[in-house]
Amino acid sequence: MIDFGFGLARSSAVELDKVDLSLYKELERLEPGIRKCIACGSCSATCTAGPWSGMSVRKLILNLQRGKDVSGMLSACMLCGKCSIVCPRGINTRQLILSLCRIYDNK
Amino acid sequence: MRERFVTGFDPFVLPFLAGMIFVLCYCAFGIVRILAQLPREDRRRFLLSLITPATALKNIRDIFADCLLHVKLWRRNPLLGFMHSSIAFGWFMLIVLGHIEVMVYCPDRIRLFYYPIFFNYFVAAGESTIGGAVLFFLMDFFLLLILVGIGLAIVKRIRSRIFGLRRTTRPSLTDRIGLYSLWAIFPLRLLAESFTAHISGGSFLTIPANWIFRQFLGNDLNMLPTWWAYSIALGVFLFVLPFSRYMHIPAEMMLIPMRNAGLRIRHPRKGFARLEVLSCPECGVCIDACPMSVKKANIKDCTVYLNRQLRRGNERRIEEISDKCLLCGKCEAVCQVGVEGPLLRMEQRASRRYGLSPDFSGIDLSKLQAPAASSQKVLYFSGCMTRLTPAISKSVCSVLSKAGVDYRWIDQDEGLCCGRPLQTAGRYEQARQLMRKNEELILSYGADTLILSCPICYKVFKDEYKLPGVRVVNYMEYFAELIAAGRLQIEKSDICYVYHDPCELGRGCGVYEGPRKLLGKAAGIAEAPANRAESICCGGSLGSLSLDFAQREEITLKSLQNLYDSRADAIATACPLCLNTFARYSDRPVRDMAEILDAAAR
Repeated sequence: MIDFGFGLARSSAVELDKVDLSLYKELERLEPGIRKCIACGSCSATCTAGPWSGMSVRKLILNLQRGKDVSGMLSACMLCGKCSIVCPRGINTRQLILSLCRIYDNK
Repeated sequence: MRERFVTGFDPFVLPFLAGMIFVLCYCAFGIVRILAQLPREDRRRFLLSLITPATALKNIRDIFADCLLHVKLWRRNPLLGFMHSSIAFGWFMLIVLGHIEVMVYCPDRIRLFYYPIFFNYFVAAGESTIGGAVLFFLMDFFLLLILVGIGLAIVKRIRSRIFGLRRTTRPSLTDRIGLYSLWAIFPLRLLAESFTAHISGGSFLTIPANWIFRQFLGNDLNMLPTWWAYSIALGVFLFVLPFSRYMHIPAEMMLIPMRNAGLRIRHPRKGFARLEVLSCPECGVCIDACPMSVKKANIKDCTVYLNRQLRRGNERRIEEISDKCLLCGKCEAVCQVGVEGPLLRMEQRASRRYGLSPDFSGIDLSKLQAPAASSQKVLYFSGCMTRLTPAISKSVCSVLSKAGVDYRWIDQDEGLCCGRPLQTAGRYEQARQLMRKNEELILSYGADTLILSCPICYKVFKDEYKLPGVRVVNYMEYFAELIAAGRLQIEKSDICYVYHDPCELGRGCGVYEGPRKLLGKAAGIAEAPANRAESICCGGSLGSLSLDFAQREEITLKSLQNLYDSRADAIATACPLCLNTFARYSDRPVRDMAEILDAAAR
């Protein structure tokens, strides 16, 4: 193969029929507020843990909705609560993360 | 005095006797259980404190002042204080005097449990003695005192507002049984003693009552049934005592020595925590104090109901109540027996199991750490919350520059959280990880002073951080020193501010007067009706896990209303979270102390 210095990106398509959404469904049952998220990113902008770990509540919710692994981001949260203060939709993001930590299955 | 019965016994004493034996066994078993639940070193400490003369003396004094005389309650509300101490102290004196009577007149009966209680039934008066008259007078006097107390209690149950309580606890079934039997005991005692007064003798209450009854009752047939009723009322009260709020009577007597021994809550349910829960008299003072109770739906989430649910073991409600609380600490500040409501909830949160726990050990601080030649002796840590209210950090820096302080703002670009939010969520282990990281960062500068502008940080830095050689100060304390040293001139403006005590700074760290003095130098000052230890949480507290944004609005409005009542032009506070929360709803300007001082500093 000739190296052109660029290549095709790996497909990031998510087949929603196949991914495991049980974690999101369970969280949605516990914290119905998650449905209100408009992915505006205010939470990510204010996140204390963000610069250290790439933590972003917006991304976390999107990843959950796509059945992706979120444990890396989840274990970086410092629970400072600024994301709940700035959320324009009034989602209690801090409680959302705590609930997610509780139901998260390590195995 | 001579005894009326050779046996010294009548079956009517049985209900009382059974109840008394039951309560004593229950309490003995409870004491052993709680001692067994204590960690080993706590138990040792407690037992040692009991034989240390200084603490033993303090224990006796405290038990006398708090359990019998209710000194604290007197200070808070004299009418309530009188009601409680008349019943508690009066009853105590009746028991003591009863024993003295038995010891004086029939010393060989002192071994019988019931004799001092039913003394008047078992004796007949001979030629009267001065001593006897004095004893009888005292007995009637204390009985009258209790009856007045009971009368007040009945009025309080019907109209609690007269006693300054807007809302009181809704008694549970066992509480009601205990309450009504307690109300019945003393009128029945008066009746019983009145019916026997012509035989046993009496004083200013019982003898006239006896005379009146004898005017229309031709015989003594009422005597025995009334003594039966008195004994049954006592028996019922004693039997429901362990299952009702009246458990606080024996529990508090145990709690006081344990607290004096320096014990703390180490388990959400066992040992010291259990004792605190049992010591709650369910008086309901915390209901009016709780900022959440502005909404009727939240009343059942006050500390008094947490204690009740903890007694019942209702896990679902315990979780709900624990998560909702703002941890503002006001219930603890007003509590008469010192139940640590916020701590009980935090321990409950800490006892939870999580599938995943944060891990901060991988955080690399190298980009924040001090350059090799760091000369600044003064550091400023603004904390993560201040990022939402940059006016605070900007003003602090401005004042420091005006005073010519050579400082370094260590989390100007990036910083870690102080760990307090994790702590309030009950994640102690993770909070400690963050604290160690911050300690490492701060110590790397080799400074001697650390200025904090966020009271949430300040609380945890003061209580938990180990920073040898570094003085941790709140910015207001530091500014006051600068002013005293003449490095900072303050010009007084004509705006009148009301100072809002942030929970973490006031009740959390006990800082009340410093900010007021400083504010008084920079502007006019007014006081809100509820201030200092009674200040009302702004509603933005990170202590609450489950209260969402909409549910907090009413709390904030209530807190603001209290501040408006001072008729000040503007509101001053010293917490980024209070500032942020108030600024959304307030109809007048809200300023942090740093902003006010910056505007006034020359």
